[in-house]
Order: sequence, then C-alpha cells, then structure tokens
Amino acid sequence: MKKYNYDIVVIGGGPAGLAAALEAKKNGVEKILICERSARLGGILEQCIHNGFGLTYFKEELTGPEYATRFIKAVEKTDIAIKRGTMVIDVTQDKVITAENGEDGLFEVQAKAIILAMGCRERTRESITIPGDRPAGVMTAGTAQRYVNINGYLPGKEIVILGSGDIGLIMARRMTLEGCNVKGVLELMPYSTGLMRNKVQCLDDFGIPLYLSHTITKIHGKERLSAVSIAEVDDHKQPVPGTEITVPCDTLLLSVGLIPENELSQKAGVAFDPVTKGPLADEKRCTSVPGIFACGNVLHVHDLVDNVSEEAQNAGRSAACYIKNQLTRRTQSIAVKAGNNIGYVVPQQIDFEPGKDKVVKLYMRVKHPAQKVAMTIANDQGNILASFKREVVAPGSMETLALPVKMIAGNPEFLKISVTN
Amino acid sequence: METDVLIIGGGVIGSCIARQLCRYHLDITLVEKQSDVCMGTSKANSSMVHDGYNIDGHKLKGRLCLEANTMYEKMCRELNVDYRPATGSIFAGFTEDHLAIMKQQLENSKTNGLSGLYIANHDQMMALEPNISREVQYGLVNPNTGTINPFDLTMALAENAVMNGVKVFLETEVTNIHTRKGKIESVETNIGRFKPKVIINAAGLYSDKIAGMVEKVDGYIHPRKGSYFLYDKKWGDHVKHCIYSPPTPVSKGMIMVPTTEGNILAGSNAVEVNDREDFATVGAEMDEIYSHTIHRLFPKMPRMGEVITAFAGLRAASNTEDFIIGHAKTVPAMINLIGIQSPGLSSAPAIARMAEELVRETGEDLDFSERPDYNPNRPAPVILRNMDPETRSALIQKNPDYGSIVCRCETISKGEILDAIRRPIPARNLDAIKRRTRAGMGRCQGGFCGPRVVGILEEELGITPLNITKRGGRSNILLDKTKDLSLLEGGANSEKIQL
Repeated sequence: MKKYNYDIVVIGGGPAGLAAALEAKKNGVEKILICERSARLGGILEQCIHNGFGLTYFKEELTGPEYATRFIKAVEKTDIAIKRGTMVIDVTQDKVITAENGEDGLFEVQAKAIILAMGCRERTRESITIPGDRPAGVMTAGTAQRYVNINGYLPGKEIVILGSGDIGLIMARRMTLEGCNVKGVLELMPYSTGLMRNKVQCLDDFGIPLYLSHTITKIHGKERLSAVSIAEVDDHKQPVPGTEITVPCDTLLLSVGLIPENELSQKAGVAFDPVTKGPLADEKRCTSVPGIFACGNVLHVHDLVDNVSEEAQNAGRSAACYIKNQLTRRTQSIAVKAGNNIGYVVPQQIDFEPGKDKVVKLYMRVKHPAQKVAMTIANDQGNILASFKREVVAPGSMETLALPVKMIAGNPEFLKISVTN
Repeated sequence: METDVLIIGGGVIGSCIARQLCRYHLDITLVEKQSDVCMGTSKANSSMVHDGYNIDGHKLKGRLCLEANTMYEKMCRELNVDYRPATGSIFAGFTEDHLAIMKQQLENSKTNGLSGLYIANHDQMMALEPNISREVQYGLVNPNTGTINPFDLTMALAENAVMNGVKVFLETEVTNIHTRKGKIESVETNIGRFKPKVIINAAGLYSDKIAGMVEKVDGYIHPRKGSYFLYDKKWGDHVKHCIYSPPTPVSKGMIMVPTTEGNILAGSNAVEVNDREDFATVGAEMDEIYSHTIHRLFPKMPRMGEVITAFAGLRAASNTEDFIIGHAKTVPAMINLIGIQSPGLSSAPAIARMAEELVRETGEDLDFSERPDYNPNRPAPVILRNMDPETRSALIQKNPDYGSIVCRCETISKGEILDAIRRPIPARNLDAIKRRTRAGMGRCQGGFCGPRVVGILEEELGITPLNITKRGGRSNILLDKTKDLSLLEGGANSEKIQL
C-alpha cells in the first residue's frame, strides 16, 4: 500500500475544501492535498447553474459553476496536490487517512492537520417515512437537479415538490423552465424553510403555489409514480381528517432537509452537536480532536456559499497556525449557548486567544420566525454584551453576529445568544 | 421450446429446485415474470433461518424446516453465501403469561429433537442484550437461529443453476398451460411456447393461479402483508440477537433482526389483503410496529431519522396454513408448491429435495444420471469492503474500476457494479444492481449514485437512459431528454482549444 505525508489533507473539493486549502496555502503551508471523490472539483456547485452566488463574497452575482471555477482556478495556480476520483475510507485520531482511487489503489496519508469538508446529503423519503407504494419517480430535488442540469434528462413532466428547502424551490423554477408542470410545493411547517428570495423568485414569479402546513400522506403507483395524497396538518404536524386529496403526478421531488455527511468524522472520533448533526467546533473551526478542523456543510448546513467560503478560510488559516504552533489556548474555554428561540450556534465554544482577530463571528439559526427583534449576546452574569436589531428572522435564513473580542476579555464562563422582542 | 423441466417462479424455492435438479442430465428452464430473481415473497422476509424450535413438527412445513436445518451450512458453503448459523434468537417476555409460552416452546423444541435452548432471567437478558428494555423479565434463548441475506441466497442458487446449464428467462410470464388427457402439451408465455415434460409450479403468490390453469384446485392463496423498518448501520450493534416481541391481545409477536449486512430489520405485522401486488406501507401500521415492537423492546431506537427504508412483503399463505406440495390431481407431471410462506426460506433445501422425489415419481422419460461436470460451487463475487487492504489494493492495480467508488454510503465501486451487470444472471435495472451490490442501499438511498449507475448501465448495455428502469416493467427513472449531455462523470465533452 502506498504511503504519503502531507502537512494538511483537506477531505472534499467542494467550496469549503477549496477555500480552506487556498487559505492554508496563503498562510505558508507547503504540502497540502485535497481528496475529492468526484471526477471534478467544485462539489454541488457544479449542478447549481442558477445565479445568486457570490453576492457577499465577490460582491457580484454568479452562477454556481462560475463561483466554483474562480476557486478551482486559484487552487490550480498553486502547488496544492489534488486527487480526484478519490474516496476517503478512514480517518484516525492520529490523522492517518486511508483512501482509494483507480490510480493509487488503497493508500495512506499521514497528515499534520486535517480539514473535514465533506458537505452534506439530502434527507430521503424514508428519513421522513412517507407511507405507500415504492415506485420510480420519487427522488430528492438534488438528484433531479443533477439529471436535468448535468445529464440532460427529465425525471418527469407532472411534478409535485415536498419541502420548501432552497433546492426544492430552485428545482420548481428549473423544471418549469424545462417545460414541466410543477403543480405545487408543499411544506409541513407553517412557514417556508428556504430563503425568502428563493420563494419570491422561484415560486411567486412563476405562479407556482406554496401550500404551508401540508404534507404527503401516501404515495401511489406500482411501477411509476401515478399520484400523491396530500393533506393539511395540524399544530402537531398530524394530517387533519377530511382534508386529504389525491393529486395525479409522475414525479415527486423531495426537499426536506440536509444532513451533514459525517461518517468519516465519526471514525476520527470527534464530538458532535445533536442539533447541527455536525462536529462541535470552536471559533477556529477546530473539532474536539486537536488538529482536525471542519468547515462548510459538514459542520452545519449553510444557506449561502459565501458564508461557507468565509468559514472555510477560517478553518484553513487555523490549520496553518496549528501546524506552525501559533495557536494559544485560553486558560478556560468559553461555551457558546443557544438561548431563547435559538436553534443552534456555531462555534459552540471559544478556545483560543484572539491574536490579531478583532471579532468572533457567530453563526446561528432561530427556531421560529419572528419580526422586529433584537438578537442579544449575554455573558454568564446575564449582562448583555452586544445587541443586534433584525426586522425579520426565520429558520431558513442563517444569522451572523460579529462579537468584538474585547467584549470577552473578562473570560466569561459562557455566552448565551437569545432572540428578544 | 422443448425442455425436460420447466420451473415457474424464480424465488428461493424455484431457484433451489433448479439447483437441486441441475446435477442431473436434465434440460431445465426457469421462467420468472419479474425483471430479476427473488422479487416476491423471498425478497421481503425476516432473513432468519429457523431451526424449527417453535413449529409443529407434524405439519409438512415443520418436518421440512427441521430437515432443512441440517442442509443449510453445506449449501451456503458451496455457494459462498454469508450464512450466520449462530446469530441466535431470543423470545423476550415481560409477564408470567409470556413465561408460560416460553415453557411450552421449550418443550416443543425437545419434541422436535432440538437442544441448546434455555430460559434466561432478567439479569441474563440484560447481559445478552444490554440495550433491551429493562422491563424485560424473561427470554427464551435459542442459540441455533441463523441469519442470511435471502436475496444473496436466491441469487447464488440461481447463478449456480445457470453455471450448470439451467436456462433462466426473466420477464417471462406464464399465461396458460395446455394439457390433454392428463399430459402436459405446452405452456404459453409472453415470449413464446414451452413444451416441458414436467412443470414445477413455484410461483409463490400466484401458485394457486398457475395450478388452476390445469385443473380445479382446492388450495388457494390469501396474501398476508407484513411491513418492515430497516435501520441505519449505525444501529447495527444495538441489537445482538434476533429478538421476538411477545404477542399482545391485538397483535402477533414481531421480530428485530441484526442482518448479515449490519442493519437492524424490524417487523413485521400481518394484514390480510386482497391485492397480490399490494406492497404499500401504511402509516398507521408502521406506527403500530414501532410502538408494539421496536419501542417496547429497544426504547432508544427512534421512529424517524435513523430508518433508511421501510417496505412490505406478502406471505403466500394457503388456506391450510401449511405447505401444499404434490402432483396435480389430474396431471401427474405437474408439481405444485402452494402456500410456501414462513418458514419457506428455512425449508428451501428440503423442499427442493422433496420436489426432486416428486419429479422422479412422475414416470416421465428423464435422465437422472449425474452430470460429470456438475459444479456445486458458486464463486463469491468481488466485495471490496470485505477484503484486506493489500488484496484490495492489488485488485485495484489490476482493474482501476474497483478503485472508482460510485456508491458513497456503502463504498461500492464501478467494478463491482460492472460485475453485477456481467454476472450469470445479469442486473439490468437499478434495483437489480442494488440487491447484488448494495449500491443505493445505504442511507442516501441512491440519491447520489442513482444517476451514476444509470450512466454505467447505459454504457455497458448500450441502451438509452430513457429505457433504464428502477425494477423492470414501466418503472422508468427518466421520462424525457432535455439536452444532449452525458451521464458519464467527467465524460461531457468540454475540451477547449489550447493555445
């Protein structure tokens, strides 16, 4: 078996992995390897041919492939090693990676630091247990997006979409543009779970109805999907008797959530946040295993790739500092807790002295939509260190708060983020 | 087409009979109406191999199950099928009533000539099953309950039969059987007419319909549906043995099985249905399976999130609730196997041996001398995840397709998928590849590998993706084209002018 040595191994060549590797290179790391399981770099952006990417990072509006290409070109100008078509099979706490591809066979890499950037996967029909038949024609929105945008095939013509996640909304428009009839988007929650702009641009502008508090109660069709039964749900998400109707269709697309893809992180022994389903991470995006970093959708599901790039740069920079021994741990970590109407916060703790950093960026999602609120950061004494006004907050839009590091100079035991009216 | 023996049905029984007979100088044809073998009752069952401890040994199914248990290890060794004879089962009990059932079953096991069973107390149960509900008081432990992947077994039997000359026709449905004065004349199918000397009706859910094509029959099938949950491999270690839940006044006992693949299978209920094609799961029934068995036995296992799939199967229950195996009354050369439900998988080798006796009894002109070239062994397919690193690496060096991972969740390579398409019974659709290789059987349920597998099928079989199906028939994955692009990863022609 071949054996290699690298300073940093980045697992995943999507937007997170590319930005992390580039930033580590900019910070003087010599030997960097990106392992990408697909034949091409860029990750899921390759199939996201719609626009809306890069508004904050590049200050211009790009498509997914354009956004990815900027990073791919930048990486290809460096001496960062890239192994495409390479599946990482194992990662150990000692930072030994086992991977395979057609060229090297099975091989091992000893790394000084590892950056986990494997992204996420879509929840399936069975992860939300829709009963009924099991015909062809039921697939995730992302799989349909690949068939349409990369392969040039249509999964069907008469479409129903379950879930108002961003991919579902994007695919409602995409299928319409391909000449399909998108009959409607159903959402279990009483609010849209995707970005507001996607709801407006992909549904409203194309006259596609969004039915909130609705779900699919049965799938019909022995061979190919023939219909779905849909019903309104009550406050407990249970179908309301008498509201069920059956809608003929040949395709059901699911956009019912994304799950960070952490099977490798588990093998590496990192600790997890049960809410994000990603590793616990600190402000440097270091996991509970020193020298193993995580960024992007493997850590928590982002709405905007711009935020992924920013987070990945942080992880890449931190990994570079780690191998150069430039990170100084605080005498005591500061826990970051989710308070009123906050689902989760990343990072979950602050471990290091700030160094040159002026602010700590905190990413979070609210549990329920709310209007005209203040998002507050309080210390362990209950004193509010910072407060940020928001006109609207919703679970579908990640919020970012920048906490000046001078506010935590007193080393509070914990910080608590809350939404207050 | 003339043939000595025509077997109708490519389930575990038909396939096992094909393999049983292929050692002789017989021309054997097996027809299966579905797009693959093992598509009916054989596919969706508990995956347990019962030793027959709790069965009535005087019934035909009891006798055959007890007989077959002694044949299983040799058969699976020859076929290179992963059979785990010592997984063990435990009937978990909460009350004195359950204890009373256990004592009866323990006595029954002795009557059936079996040994090794014992009744465990609460502390022993907690040691055997650390994650089981602390309310469990007793357990009837049977160390001799086995587990197997029923598809692997059926596939291996059918492949071995093909290796030994059996002709298998898929998507071939028997539409009528013509007889004259008690003799078989011909069998009509959608692909043409067969002229067999002997017919073996192993048509499972449709065995009564096939039998009814030659005469009026007393036996009939009343399908009984059972549904299952399949849990993510993360939970594979949570349940150590096959666990029977005790019956309640409204529900029969169900089981939780640690499968040979490392998942947990939990089910199944029993609901009489009229439609022999009704494989739909029903929300309320799934809720009941969860609360009655899964949650009651293993409270930490969640209802949602960790379940990677749920499915239903139909038991081919007969009116007598026993196996009905024998010659057709008026056509001795027709052999019917009706009502093969549980423990049909466990009884398969004994049923096949009995079928051979019945074929010999027909008195037809058949050559039962053994073929000198009969090979009982089926080579194991290449399964990379089971290989040590050096062997795996060497194999990839020889064939880079084995290093190209297509299914991420189960780590299945392009090479393994190509093998599945090229095996003696070729996979020609997504589910056929899934059952042979596990590609698409993991937690993303084919979301990622689906388009890639369609691309490989397109390339290997030379058919348009529009004709590629999920499981044959009209289960097409794609209904139209958008533009002329490519399914092959990295295969789109994006070559640019280089200056």
